[in-house]
Formats: sequence, structure tokens, C-alpha cells
Amino acid sequence: MAAAGTRSDAIPLYAWLAPLLPAALFVVFATFVDEVSSGAVFTWIVPWIPQIEIYFGLRIDGLSLLFALLITGVGTFILLYCTAYMRGAKQLDRFTLWLVLFMLAMLGLVLSADLITLFVFWELTTLTSFLLIGYDHENPKARRAALQGLIVTGTGGLIMLAGFIMLGQAAGGYAITDILASGYRLRSHPDYHLILVLILAGAFTKSAQFPFHFWLPNAMAAPTPVSAYLHSATMVKGGVFLLARLNPAMGDTYAWMVILSVFGAFTAVYASVLALRQRDLKQMLAYTTIMALGTCVMFLGAASEIGLIAAVTFILVHALYKAALFLVVGILDHETGTRDVDGLSGLWRALPITAVATVLAALSMAGMPPFIGFVGKELLYKAALAWPPEPLVAISAVIVAKILMVTVALMLFAGPFLGRVKPTPRTPHEAPWTMWLGPLLFGVAALLGGVLPDVAGERLLLPAAGAVMQYRPDYGLALWHGINLPLVLSLATFAIGGVLYAYRAKLVGLIDRLNAALPTTGDRAYDAAMAGLVRLAGWQTRLLQNGVQRDYMRVVFATLAIAVGGTLLLKHGLMVPEVWTSPTYYEWGAVLLIVLGTGATVLAESRLLAICALGTVGIGVALIFLMFSAPDVALTQLLVETLVVVIAALVLLKLPYLKFTGRRITFGRTLDAIIALAVGGTVTATLLAVTAIPIDLSLTDFFEIEAVPGGFGRNIVNVILVDFRAFDTLGEVAVVAVAGLAAYALIKLRSGGNGSSKLSTPSLPEEKQ
Amino acid sequence: MNSLILREASRLLVGAMLMFSVFMLLRGHNEPGGGFIGGLIAAIAFSLYALAAGPEAVRAALRADPRILAMAGLGMAILAGLIALLESGPFLTGVWGEIAGIKVGTPLLFDIGVYFAVVGAVLTIVLALKEQVD
Repeated sequence: MAAAGTRSDAIPLYAWLAPLLPAALFVVFATFVDEVSSGAVFTWIVPWIPQIEIYFGLRIDGLSLLFALLITGVGTFILLYCTAYMRGAKQLDRFTLWLVLFMLAMLGLVLSADLITLFVFWELTTLTSFLLIGYDHENPKARRAALQGLIVTGTGGLIMLAGFIMLGQAAGGYAITDILASGYRLRSHPDYHLILVLILAGAFTKSAQFPFHFWLPNAMAAPTPVSAYLHSATMVKGGVFLLARLNPAMGDTYAWMVILSVFGAFTAVYASVLALRQRDLKQMLAYTTIMALGTCVMFLGAASEIGLIAAVTFILVHALYKAALFLVVGILDHETGTRDVDGLSGLWRALPITAVATVLAALSMAGMPPFIGFVGKELLYKAALAWPPEPLVAISAVIVAKILMVTVALMLFAGPFLGRVKPTPRTPHEAPWTMWLGPLLFGVAALLGGVLPDVAGERLLLPAAGAVMQYRPDYGLALWHGINLPLVLSLATFAIGGVLYAYRAKLVGLIDRLNAALPTTGDRAYDAAMAGLVRLAGWQTRLLQNGVQRDYMRVVFATLAIAVGGTLLLKHGLMVPEVWTSPTYYEWGAVLLIVLGTGATVLAESRLLAICALGTVGIGVALIFLMFSAPDVALTQLLVETLVVVIAALVLLKLPYLKFTGRRITFGRTLDAIIALAVGGTVTATLLAVTAIPIDLSLTDFFEIEAVPGGFGRNIVNVILVDFRAFDTLGEVAVVAVAGLAAYALIKLRSGGNGSSKLSTPSLPEEKQ
Repeated sequence: MNSLILREASRLLVGAMLMFSVFMLLRGHNEPGGGFIGGLIAAIAFSLYALAAGPEAVRAALRADPRILAMAGLGMAILAGLIALLESGPFLTGVWGEIAGIKVGTPLLFDIGVYFAVVGAVLTIVLALKEQVD
């Protein structure tokens, strides 16, 4: 693993400074807690593209504040952890920058006050997570995982953008406030279901809901601090955040409830079953993350107050224990050299502080009192029991997932830390304080949150839930609710979870057999889809890019003739000018030159002759430009003709002598003649049609009047090129420069085959006049 | 192409053509000409030199790789656009000033950028082709 560097490397200063940024931001956000918990909403909006009503806006309310505190709080300790974990790693500067950028993108996402702003930050998290997952870029698995995450979440994001635009149209604005205010109109909008599905495509891919869950376990190829960050408080919670954000406007419909709860519940159960069979501790955590995301999605679909409170509480519960456990697994990996479930045992003596942190986090994960995990779980049970249509299905799904979480929590703690000491690749020592401080504090926070649930509830969770339902719920979070059904179910959960832990070997065998019986997995379907894409690209490349220059020309010119000529015919655009001015004798001269040149080109018996004859045609055309007072165009035309002849002469020196084959009529020549006549006819017809209608001179007048006062130049063409429409010119110059580079690459690229085929004449990009 | 006459004649011609290209570039704002046309003339001049004296001679005369010239030209054009931002106008707005009594403005810098981009791009192709052929 790239992270395991030599210990002697000094930790660079920037690595020490990096955690200060999220720490400072955390303090800033913490100052908002008082006002936000009493219902204040802060927004800050600047115009971005006001012409199409797009604004850049940030918004702090209960929901975004909860996420912002998690992102900066967890981020501080992740970056601190990196100073030790990534010590001596290659390209640490780059890595640190990406991680900080990711954090800022994630903050932007949760603080967005505008759908377009949100989308931009959403894509930024996708891009930065691509870089982070692929950090170990020499490892093909990491590269594949990074690309897979990018493709799955990126595709979802693009689909979601379509949904956002429709949503903005339907709501009459992209601002979150507009959307939250137009809930009724949105839900009864004829396109509501389409918008919902499009947006869910983005949320479900980002938050790894079945059947898009497969990218998340693969993303474990990232360094562990990255996994801890992306999969506890941030990236994958993006989808959950979006659903929570849109809940007041889009939620509370039958479709919303059914889709979210069915996908969420199935994902939660499926992932928690698969978590058990993982041998790699990190993979195990990855599947429990999917479980948690499924639970969040399911409860965001609940049309009840308690369901939404439960979902928000669970977001906090999960962020705390998952960040801690990921970091613990990183410590184990770092200190012992393995993450294998079976390879680790009895480590509590060597790593006492890490063991304490693990106990705290695992107990919260298992939902033991007095941890916040217990409070969260009781809420989930209570909400599931009150599920409007199907309480039995809901509670069964949650209980199954929770039982398996108890088992996994036991496997995560008891496996590595208890029992007899097993030899590991490295002799374990306690990790440096920078590494254990984060997990320990997260564990303590989980404990404090459980001991003082009303504080966490009043200050953070109920304001967040309030933002999700648009009114402040009157609910007191508590550890002890008396002996009731959720408590009984909790006790049963612990008992069954413990029993399953005892029989885990048999259970894993059973799950493995079931898993092998599945017809396909998301991962395999992804591979098949990618392979299909490559085959499709190959097929169409062979069809369109066959490497024969003549075919390319035929396709280009035939397309021109059919597209333009066809349009002219279909739209009845054929017109002839009513008034003809008879040409002067010198105009006839230029025409004669062009006609003779064309004839000579067609009939030429050598390439050199053909090119010279074509040059004559060009000069004739330049003459015509000159006669119609366009000296700049004529000059350019002449110079380009000259250059083409020079370049062609260069190439001709190397080409084999063209054997003249007579004037036999072949199929190819007939085709070429037809295409040539069609293009010529089309251009003629177009020019006639253009000159038939009176020319609008208002632009010409504008430039004639404005050239000197506005552009300080008397040559109107040049003033247009470098001033009035300089942006066009900039684009064209960029094309010229890139075309030069591309031709250079083609010339230098001599990968087998005969070199002469590479020596095609590069065409200069047509310039604007 | 090993022709004594061409080689000797091109020495005189190329210099004159390069001067002419700069002349065309500078007068472009008021008379026919400009960066594109000037750039093409310079490119033809160097292409002629490449035919007469070989691409190495052109590379030596240019001193910089033509690819760099093209990118530098592009950079100049973008820079000319960015200057307007300092004056809080939209990108690529002309900003005019006076240096030693001569009116100069960002459109001139822009046009010089176009000149270099054209010279660089064309010579990138021509020199590579010529080297490939030789």
C-alpha cells in the first residue's frame, strides 16, 4: 500500500497546517448553532448568471448546519490522522490538496441555497473523490474503482441535472426557498413523477442504493482516511442530504414513500447480510455504510414526523461511529500490516487506547445504551412501528439490519482485540496520538450524545429535522422511555445478534452459498456495460474512421450536399434573384480562370499539375473577392492558397509517382462525380437563394459607424476580428493552435504501417470573414 | 531540395517577407492586413526558408519551438482579454492607452497573439512534415 512509507520521513508543514482549516471552519459554524437552533436561517446570494435566473447562493439552516459541523469536525481529525498515516507517502502534497478541496466541495454542497450551485458542488465532490479513490494510481484496482465511482455517480449526476432543470421550471426558480415554497404545485405538477425519478437517479447513485451500490465497496481502494471521510460524514451522504433537502417540496407523496422505503429497506438488509461475509475489515465497514445509507433513505421516505427525526438522528449516529471505526481499521492496518478478519486477534494489550476507541464506537454502532446509537435505534424502531401502510415490513427490515449490525460490531471489536495474540506482518505498537485522537473523540461524542440526548436533540438534531419538515417538531430525545415495545425489540436484537456472532462461521458459509447463486451482480453488470460500450465504439470507429482519406472526403461532402441541399429542397428555399447585373469583362475573366482551373484539376495527369490547377481556382476566387471590395478576404485566400501549395509540394516530394490510369469510368469515379456535382449544385443554389432576398445591412451599418469611435480602427474587418467579435477570433486561434498540435502528433506518430499514409495534408481551419 | 539559387535568393526574400509580415500586422487596424494575414506571410516566409535551407535552419532562426510560439500567441490573446477585467469591463473589451504619444491598446496585443498563434501552428505542421520527408 502506498501509505506505508518509511518512518524517518519528516511530516511536511502543510500537512500540519491542513487540519487547522476545517478546525477554524468548525468553530465558525459552531457560532451559528444558537441562532439556528432557535429557527434562524442565514442566506447569502450573489448573482451568477442572472439572465437565466441562476444565482450562487449559500444557506445555513438546521440541516446544512448539522452536515457542515460533521464535515468540518470529522475533516479536522481526518487531516490530523493523515499526518501520521500518510507519512512518507508519494505525492502527499497533491493528496492533501485533493482532500481539502473535497472537503470544501462537500461543504459547498450542503450549504447551497440554489439547485445549480448545489449541482456544481455535487460534481466537484464526484471529481475530487475520483482523484482521491484513484490516489494509488499505480494499482489497477484503484484506477478501476476510481473510474467506476466517477462513471456511476457522474452519470447519475447528469440525469439529476435534467431533473433539477425540470424542477426549477416547475417551481419557477432554482433557489431552495422557491422550491420549498412551491411544494403543493410541484407535487401536483404533471411531470412530478419524471422529475422525481430523474433526481432519485442522482441521489441513489451517489448514496449507493441498490442496484447502484457496487461502486462503494470498490472505492475502498482509496487510502483509509479517505474512506473514513467519504463514507462516514460526506460524499455518500450527499444523496441522503439531497433527499432530506427536497423532502418538504417533493416528499409526502405515494411515489416518494414507496420508492424510498422499498429501495432503502432492501439496500439496508441486502448490504448488512453481505457485510458479514467480508474478510477484509474495510470491506465490512463499506457494506455497513451501504446499510446505513439504505436506512437513511428508507426513513426519509417515511411520511411521519418521528421517521424524519429518526433519519436525521441516524445520520449523526452513523457519522460518529463510522468515522471512528474506519480510522481504527486504518490504525490496525498501519500498525500490524493486515486488515484480515482472521489475521488479527488479542491486540488490546498492544493498542489499549485504540481498543477503548473501538469499544465506544462499536457499542454505539450496536445501539447499546447509553450511547447515541441506542437513542437512534429506539427512534428507528418507534418510527418503523408507526409506519403508515406496512409497519410489519418496515420493522422487520430494520430489525434484521440492526441484528446484523450487532454481529458486525462484535466482529469488529472482539475479533481483532480479544482472544489470543496472533502473529502479524508487523509487530504492533500503539499508534501516535494524531491517529487515535479522532476515533477516541468520536467515540466519546457518541457516548455524550447518548448521555445528554436532549442537548444533542435541541441544539442539532431537531433543528435539522425541522429543516427537513419545515416546522420545528415538538419532540424530546431521551435515553429512557420506560419499558415499551422498542425496548423489548432492542433487547431481542442484542440477544439474536450475539447468538449470530457465536455461529458466525456457519452463517457466513450460508451467505456465501446464497451470494454465489445470484445470477449477476452490479459489479459484473457494470463490466458488461463497459465492455459493450467499448465494442460499440469499436464498431462505429471501424465504420466511420476506416483510415481511407477518400472515404472521409466522400462522407463529409455527401453530408454537406444532403444536409444543406436537402433542406433547401424540402423547405422550398430555391430562389433566383429577380434583378441580374451583367458582369463586366474582368469579372468574366476571373470566372474563366476558375472554370479553366477546375477543368484542369479534374483532367490533370499528375498530382503536381492537379494541385497547381486547384491553386489557379483559388486565385480566381481571390480575384472575385478583390473585385467586390473585400481585400482582407482576398489576401487571406491568396496566402492560404500559397501555403497549401507549399505544404502539398512538401508532401508530394515523398509520395510515389501517380500512375495515370486513363480516363476509364469506374464506380468510384462516378460516385465522386455525383457527389461533386451535388455539392457544387447545392452551393450554387444556396448562393442564388441568399442573393435573392434583400440583404439586411443593419449590422454593416453598425460596424461602419462604430469602427472608429468604438474600436479606433478604420479597417472594419480587423476591428471586428480583434475587438467587436474578439471572442470568436480567440476561439478560432485556439482551434488553429490545437490543429497544429494535432497534425504534429499525427505526423510524429509512426506506429507501424506505411509512413506515407500519415502524411495527409492537414487542412487549415476555415477562418471567419 | 538542394538549389543554390533558391537558397541564396531565399535569404533576401525571407527577410523582406518577414518585415512585410510585421508591416501587415501593424497596419491592419486601419488598412487591409492584421494578425492573421501577417502570420500567414511570416509562415510562408519560414516555409520557403525550410524548403531552401532545411528545417534545422528554420528552427535555429526561430530559437523557440513553433509549438511554444503557438501557445505563447494563444496566451497573449487571452492575456489581452484578461486586461479588460482589471478595468472591470467584460472579457476581451478593448483597453486603450498611450505610450510615447502612440495610441496602443489590447486589440494590438490580441492581434500580435493571433500572429504568433498562426505562425506557430503552421510551422509546427510544416517543419514536422519537412523533417518527416527528409
